[in-house]
Amino acid sequence: MKTLLGAKGWAAVAAAAATVAVLVPLLNLAVPDGNLFHLSDYTVSLFGKILCYAICALAMDLIWGYTGILSLGHGVFFALGGYGMGMYLMRQIGRDGQYRMDMPDFMVFLNWKTFPWHWALSDSFVAQMLLVLLVPGLLALAFGFFAFRSRIKGVYFSIITQALTFAAMLLFFRNETGFGGNNGFTDFKRILGIPVATSEMRVFLCALSGLVLVAFYVMGRVIVHSKYGRVLQAIRDAESRVMFTGYDPVAYKLSIWTLSAVMCAVAGALYVPQVGIINPGEMSPAASIEIAIWAAVGGRATLIGPIIGAFFVNGAKSYFTVAFPEFWLFFLGALFIAVTLFLPNGIVGLLRRNKERS
Amino acid sequence: MTPDLMEAGAKALAAHQSFVSNEPYFGQGVALYVQDITVSFDGFKALNNLTLTINVGELRCIIGPNGAGKTTMMDCITGKTTPDSGKVFFGSNIDLLRLKEQQIAQIGVGRKFQKPTVYEQLSVFENLELALKADRRVRASLFSRLTGTQLDRIAEILALIHLKDEAQRTAGLLSHGQKQWLEIGMLLMQDPKLLLLDEPVAGMTDEETERTAELFLSLEGQHSLVVVEHDMKFVDQLTEGRKTVTVLHEGSVLAEGLLSEVQANEKVVEVYLGR
Repeated sequence: MKTLLGAKGWAAVAAAAATVAVLVPLLNLAVPDGNLFHLSDYTVSLFGKILCYAICALAMDLIWGYTGILSLGHGVFFALGGYGMGMYLMRQIGRDGQYRMDMPDFMVFLNWKTFPWHWALSDSFVAQMLLVLLVPGLLALAFGFFAFRSRIKGVYFSIITQALTFAAMLLFFRNETGFGGNNGFTDFKRILGIPVATSEMRVFLCALSGLVLVAFYVMGRVIVHSKYGRVLQAIRDAESRVMFTGYDPVAYKLSIWTLSAVMCAVAGALYVPQVGIINPGEMSPAASIEIAIWAAVGGRATLIGPIIGAFFVNGAKSYFTVAFPEFWLFFLGALFIAVTLFLPNGIVGLLRRNKERS
Repeated sequence: MTPDLMEAGAKALAAHQSFVSNEPYFGQGVALYVQDITVSFDGFKALNNLTLTINVGELRCIIGPNGAGKTTMMDCITGKTTPDSGKVFFGSNIDLLRLKEQQIAQIGVGRKFQKPTVYEQLSVFENLELALKADRRVRASLFSRLTGTQLDRIAEILALIHLKDEAQRTAGLLSHGQKQWLEIGMLLMQDPKLLLLDEPVAGMTDEETERTAELFLSLEGQHSLVVVEHDMKFVDQLTEGRKTVTVLHEGSVLAEGLLSEVQANEKVVEVYLGR
């Protein structure tokens, strides 16, 4: 039997945790500006942002790489987590908004006198963080229950999830929904009373995202190394065999699907205070497809691959969109085609192949 | 009370308890009872009033030309297809038409598919581990650890299906015949009372076919087996010149009897060779 992580593996996990929790804060806060080793605020927030994306890619790997269910709607869970956090951040603005009122600016603009019902708990950090987990979790549970019970599989499931995120985007675009319409939420001031737009807060959120990613990674390893994880892979390889062996695939798919959705929601909640904005654009079909691309580029069913993929693709994106802004989408498309044709196991597959050869 | 009355009473009690506890009851010697099932797809009758009885411990071969309804019959027994009419009973008390696929598998009906179906990306050992008779629920799987007895059981089956040296190999890399064996091994791990085997020797070498026949014959008695096969030599080996063979044609039983009898049957010859 394989062990969970070898000595080398645990060392790598510890090194990753130390990097995000100690090294990055030191290089940003303690090393003076102008020094070769100084990390700029821009780099820290870019890093933090990609760490959140990597959590999504990891969540995608559990459901797609291991269970064989391609979701093209994971963006909706990410965005719902982000909106949950955003609602709390909007309440923290207090009277410091443009209109100097108690209500968030967009509600004042719409001439609303009271908060809609779904803002009832938004003043409490704890309650709102629970909603960050519960709302996307319950949505995934309900959606997954009906989809898996009806045995919707493969490309049909992918299309329906794509429709789900698109429908949610249209809903959130409407001002009446109470989520700020197409502008979404922005102009955040504080979190738990602490100013949000400072180097310290940025570094803290980046470190927190990194630690969450590392924790999720270890959790992922525990899952895929359990018998439960092997049943998931069995569902991917031969679902009918799983059924005729006496397992109920619905329970397995539903549990991993919901977990995966909640992981994305956590990523969204960490992402919003770092980028300072959440709007329905995060629910666009393309945003969900990108998550799948990160996973495919890095290497499916490897856990580490999708994390590498998220860094590689988003690193390339931040370079390309500055250097050749018009060509980014062409590059992304070409990358996806190239990976599908030549690297079915992604970057990790390529590395492993080279290692075996040498 | 007289001893035979007591015995009768104990029997009735056992029958009642198994009925209540959803355990199949085999006291009447019947493992599977299929009565008058009909399945039609867009007007085409894949099964037409099919009736079939398999006794406890029996090894029954079912033959028939393509499209005779052999696979559809297995679909009905294992819950994949619901017949339009008719009854399917497991033991004398379990109505299989009311259960789902996984429940049918859990109470002891194992099925081998025509195309070998194994978990290609997992190792041979892991394939067997997943088939091991155990709690099938999510939470149990998350925390499950193999016990010594379970490891022994896996080793035993590995030896039985001649895959001991391949235990750590990825199942997708096995030969076609080995995959067939692995799937049979997975069925045996479940310890089913009834085994349904759809063309188990398709794609096997002569030697592998021979070994498979030996394996099935060794299972006879402990399990009830239903073998659907085209390979007449294999059927001949399995029936040993004394067991019943059922011939299916156009969704119902055309003939039943010893292999030599059905081979001499005019109707059967007509169906197989055409006029």
